[in-house]
Amino acid sequence: MEYGKISVILRRELEQMKKLIRELEILDNRSVARDQFQLTLRGEEVLPEVMPGQFVNVAVPDSPQTFLRRPFSVLDFAPETNTLSLLIKAVGQGTRHLAACRVGQKLSLLLPLGRKFTLPESADRIFLIGGGSGIAPMLFLAKYCGLPREQVTLFLGARSRADAIALRGYEQYARCYIATEDGSVGERGFVTLHSIYKSEFTKNNRIYACGPAPMLKAIAKDAVTTGIFYELSLENMMACGFGVCLCCVEPTIYGNRTVCSHGPVFNINELTWQI
Amino acid sequence: MADLNVKIGNLHLKNPVLTASGTCGFGSELSDFINLEKLGGIIMKGLTLAPREGNRYPRMAETASGMLNAVGLQNPGIDFFISNIYPELINVNTNFIVNVNGSTIEEYVELTRRVDRLEAISAIELNISCPNVKQGGMAFGVCPETAASVIREVRRACHKTLIVKLSPNVTDIAAMAKVAENEGADAVSLVNTLLGMAIDATTRKPLLSTVTGGLSGPAIKPVALRMVWQASRAVKIPVIGVGGICTATDAIEFMLAGATAVQVGTATFRDPQSTVKIVEGINEYTNVNKFNFVNQIIGALEM
Repeated sequence: MEYGKISVILRRELEQMKKLIRELEILDNRSVARDQFQLTLRGEEVLPEVMPGQFVNVAVPDSPQTFLRRPFSVLDFAPETNTLSLLIKAVGQGTRHLAACRVGQKLSLLLPLGRKFTLPESADRIFLIGGGSGIAPMLFLAKYCGLPREQVTLFLGARSRADAIALRGYEQYARCYIATEDGSVGERGFVTLHSIYKSEFTKNNRIYACGPAPMLKAIAKDAVTTGIFYELSLENMMACGFGVCLCCVEPTIYGNRTVCSHGPVFNINELTWQI
Repeated sequence: MADLNVKIGNLHLKNPVLTASGTCGFGSELSDFINLEKLGGIIMKGLTLAPREGNRYPRMAETASGMLNAVGLQNPGIDFFISNIYPELINVNTNFIVNVNGSTIEEYVELTRRVDRLEAISAIELNISCPNVKQGGMAFGVCPETAASVIREVRRACHKTLIVKLSPNVTDIAAMAKVAENEGADAVSLVNTLLGMAIDATTRKPLLSTVTGGLSGPAIKPVALRMVWQASRAVKIPVIGVGGICTATDAIEFMLAGATAVQVGTATFRDPQSTVKIVEGINEYTNVNKFNFVNQIIGALEM
């Protein structure tokens, strides 16, 4: 009964560990790059706090053939407007259905799910590296971490100009660099070959990344040889998103662990990758 | 409000809805979403004597209206269960049922003995139908003779209600249900997953590390419903229906076909509250159709 009297902030703190099912209304659905769209969703009830690295599991409406929910890292969470944003790449039936959703439509989300990134200390210098739509949690972390801009360097790796989302809104939080495979924007080649990446890697004491496995592994090589703290977000295929189906496992030093509930964020030292 | 109680052997269920093994962890994983005490019971993740790491990733492929899995009985083993998980269950007022697995008859029996001593465990579900392990599992459940021998030995070691979980990957499900009944099972639950396969045409590779896996979800419901109907006509012991149940209507269809209770599995992955919603829906159905007891709909299919 006392619950209603607790302030919104305290209530968030109480609820932030608890996983919830919430209906959210689509406020905006816009294309941001080739096959990539940004969904902005507003909760009808107060949303629980969502931290960078955590994800949501979205039920695809009107698509009985795609029975399972689709997991997405959170791009942004704004408690003041009770909204959250997702960056989604349309790759299959489920994500294409979501791309076609209209403003005003409601979606069922499980949230917040998974383990968040370890937040940097105030003196840290950090690298944030996102490949493709894996840039989403990196942008959230850039905005959320509260570090001065000069301590934060953000890289986006994309196939070409058409696949790279605009980083304008994030220039205030980080020095932003792009690498594309065809060189149509930014430097040509993989992010790990970018001149700034190569010259400044060892000046950082924390590396965070999310994206395709070859990119994560290339970064792992640099992090392990230099001994720099490295946290990465994995995107193994999931059925449930909350640790009951045991489908999304990754081998770790503790044995097979579910990416949905033990991750998606892992420290490189927890994984058994051959580097 | 109708009386939703049903009986499976000596086991009283406050309503006919159970979680299916492998879709609810050990129960607590769902407690953010539902009140576990609202369910008839929780059938926990399959256990083995020794811990198992399960199969290699990828273990899951979504298919039309369902999914294939090849988890391979990843579980922490009976010792870990007894020392770390079991003590937490005692305070929750519902039936906890252990799903028992082994690669030899001796392993099944030894595990049954260990579980049989646990007071807060209401029943044992003998799993002779897991399609994702190299030894044991389904190999026991698709041959009447081997099924009979494992059920017989486990029955001797089990003083609790014994449910035998049957595989749909057989020619004659009624015959398998009869084998379980003859060997002293208190109930049968069916069906486990159907053996299936998925291929990525682009890479020309299988989508599961094990090539084949178990199909579940709405895609298998008609097959499961047919098998429940056939089995329930063949045996006198209760049949527990499982396979693609997502809604109260699905559950009621299984009960009309002869199921005394139902298990909800893959539906939990999409909606972790589906079990509780199904209990509410069954209650509403009994009220609307003026049944005083949910028992009245068991096998009430009109032909």
